[in-house]
Amino acid sequence: MPETIAFLEPKPSVLARRHQIVEDLTDILPPGCLISEKRGLVPFETDAFIAYRQVPLAVALPETTAQVAAVLKYCSRYGIPVVPRGAGTSLSGGAIPQSDAVVIGLSKMSGILDIDFANRTATVQAGVTNINISEAVSADGFFYAPDPSSQLACTIGGNIGMNSGGAHCLKYGVTTNNLLGVKMVLFDGTVIELGGKALDAPGYDLLGLVCGSEGQLGIVTEATVRLLAKPEGSRPVLFGFMSSEEAGSCVAEVIGSGIIPVAIEFMDKPAIGICEAFAQAGYPMDVEALLIVEVEGSEAEMEAMLASIIAIARRHGVATIRESQSAAQAALIWKGRKSAFGATGRIADYICMDGTVPLSQLSYVLKKTSEIIDNYGLRVANVFHAGDGNMHPLILYNINDPEDAARAEAAGNDILKLCVDAGGCLTGEHGVGIEKRDLMLHQFTQVDLNQQMAARAAFDPQWIMNPSKVFPLEGRPVA
Amino acid sequence: MNYEPTSEMEAADMIRQAAGTEMPLAISGGGTRAGFGNRVRAAQALSTRKLSGILSYNPAEMTMSARAGTPMREIEAALAGNRQMLAFEPMDHRGVMGTSGEPTIGGVFAANVSGPRRITAGAARDHLLGIRFINGSGEAIKSGGRVMKNVTGLDLVKLLCGSHGTLGLLTEVTFKVLPLPPAAATIVAFGLDDAQAAAAVAHALAMTVEVSGAAHLTESVRYRFVGTSHPEGAATVLRLEGLPASVAVRAEKLKAAFAQVAPATVLDQDATEKLWRDIRDVKPYADGTQKPLWRVSVAPTAGHQLVAALRLQTGVDAFYDWQGGLVWLRMEADAESEMLRRFIKGIGGGHATLVRASDAVRAVTPAFEPEPAPVAALSARLKEKFDPYGIFNPGKMG
Repeated sequence: MPETIAFLEPKPSVLARRHQIVEDLTDILPPGCLISEKRGLVPFETDAFIAYRQVPLAVALPETTAQVAAVLKYCSRYGIPVVPRGAGTSLSGGAIPQSDAVVIGLSKMSGILDIDFANRTATVQAGVTNINISEAVSADGFFYAPDPSSQLACTIGGNIGMNSGGAHCLKYGVTTNNLLGVKMVLFDGTVIELGGKALDAPGYDLLGLVCGSEGQLGIVTEATVRLLAKPEGSRPVLFGFMSSEEAGSCVAEVIGSGIIPVAIEFMDKPAIGICEAFAQAGYPMDVEALLIVEVEGSEAEMEAMLASIIAIARRHGVATIRESQSAAQAALIWKGRKSAFGATGRIADYICMDGTVPLSQLSYVLKKTSEIIDNYGLRVANVFHAGDGNMHPLILYNINDPEDAARAEAAGNDILKLCVDAGGCLTGEHGVGIEKRDLMLHQFTQVDLNQQMAARAAFDPQWIMNPSKVFPLEGRPVA
Repeated sequence: MNYEPTSEMEAADMIRQAAGTEMPLAISGGGTRAGFGNRVRAAQALSTRKLSGILSYNPAEMTMSARAGTPMREIEAALAGNRQMLAFEPMDHRGVMGTSGEPTIGGVFAANVSGPRRITAGAARDHLLGIRFINGSGEAIKSGGRVMKNVTGLDLVKLLCGSHGTLGLLTEVTFKVLPLPPAAATIVAFGLDDAQAAAAVAHALAMTVEVSGAAHLTESVRYRFVGTSHPEGAATVLRLEGLPASVAVRAEKLKAAFAQVAPATVLDQDATEKLWRDIRDVKPYADGTQKPLWRVSVAPTAGHQLVAALRLQTGVDAFYDWQGGLVWLRMEADAESEMLRRFIKGIGGGHATLVRASDAVRAVTPAFEPEPAPVAALSARLKEKFDPYGIFNPGKMG
């Protein structure tokens, strides 16, 4: 296990009071809502960024906003760090606890509170899974647009924490563009509401600041999200290319032509092999790069868009074109793509990068990425959202070999720096967490970060909320 | 003194000086929205007018970067040349506010100005990808970037958008642009009352026709928008955009759905473009008067309830955009802020912003909806963190 990313030193004053804290939290919460035995705590020691683990002091699983508020009020009073947790699917370590922290898990708050079709909103508790929202409204012809690959498991609270995206955000935007309001608890137990069913809110855009704040500004307990009418139809098409460069330039021309497909997903040869072996989606195995392009609309509209896209693909030397002929085939195409991370996990350990680059830099960054990986003697599979330049190189390594793990981490850092230097950013949708924390100064100046930290301190002056994340440990304000 | 810096560094120097002497500054772009918000208590002014020019525009990447003081005219011309647009359709406030001069791109984002397409394309804040700004200590800060997806660090971009120059001076903005739809049409249904229109529009937005504008033009304003050659009564209007064949198919579908409740017609592309520009710019209330004008944002189906309640109590004229969620209210005499805000609470919440009124009315009417105490405390702490000497537009937001 690599040890290059440090956590904050645990507070001796908190560790020394462990028994008292457990006793007090037991009084605050209803029976069955606190975990404090070692065996029960272990499942909370990491998230989907499995290279790092820390067993927390206790795990609170509140059932109501009032209980969340009571726990936070208690923790702030004694300066106890708090780590919010949804389903623990963060790929950047956003939900990894620390030994002196109380985890507040929202899994018991999973109710759908209100569905309002006339205003096209759903109000849900933070522990509801992403897919549950769409399933609850599907029969009435609606859906919730952001669709992270982990949507079967991940919660809306976690999506808000990380401002999650997904394959279809090219057209519909990410979480922040589909979020209308939240109820949240501040560090000291104060409950506030931001936004609501109206399309905008008065005053500063605190909702915009909270979305993507990685659990550092408070704990969201309820959210009001926008529902959309389901399109009349949708159809994914597979395009196989003999080189990644051709696929990359095809993407740039499609976007530049004024057609906005609902998704453009990219896979390179290793990723195609891994996904096909897992999902048997019928992906062509003899190509170097695959694009899944999905269009939506009426039959006539899809035909017209696909004709234009196919013409562009031909200009870029497309080798294989496969249109889905049925809903089952379309589902299979997406199953392959959405299982990419899980399928990769079956053949090796991996870390998943998340840099975003300007579209014009896609081919260059892909080429440089494979050079970096070769230099470290590693393997990589690329599967990502090409339409918005959000890359996901999966760096394969062996978690039980410390040297291999260190090489993978170093290669990942080099790739993220490459993304920033190409005009992009460290993370497009997974968040900074601990994973990218120490690279922040590659993208921002200390002055930039100071301003972000000042905004953070306006919400959490004690720095108890998820404190080891996002901001490099050096250069933080001295309390 | 009117400061007009010509570079970011010059702006930072001026602000550092102002901070050193705790000298408040009235921040502006082109000044066309100067009446927005509460009266600013500042003897000196700083304008971004001379921080002008498009810095980069790559149509294939659908992004543009510009200095904050770049006139909207220049931005829109560059976009039109590539058949692209600002999808959030920012309103031009000169008509209703009776101002002149050139609106700037920085002003649009500082006020988070969004138009009819807000209901599908999002607001200005949803299109702003990156900013550079000077904080109240005179430091140049960068947030966001020029890529479509970016969750690196706290989203100060959203916070600054709509902060009306009270947290920082925007010097550069990078934003998303989108292709102009090649075709557009508007379906108009005549004679529906406000409640009927709300139900009909909610139904239309649940259909798979991708409505990109949904307004209800009440009887009193309808003739300012749609000519006399059509049937009488209020006009409920729905815009469709996209590929020509698709717009035609969807227009037929929507017209058929509407025909069951009211006489309906279809406006062509030219008429559509003019109509939605007029709705965007609130044409009927660009009347050269100082009559109090409110912009009210509520849950879409609640808009008509609010107006009905107000009509029983006071002289008011109104029409609706955003499916009814954006209500433009022109008061005949008093601003009636207390009653208006009480009624908004009564219909489930939302907020009212005073966009225009006489100086006398503005002096006694909070322009923005007062926030609940804990939220107001948060906002005040944020203001202190960005503008520790209180020099940016003091008083403007509360």
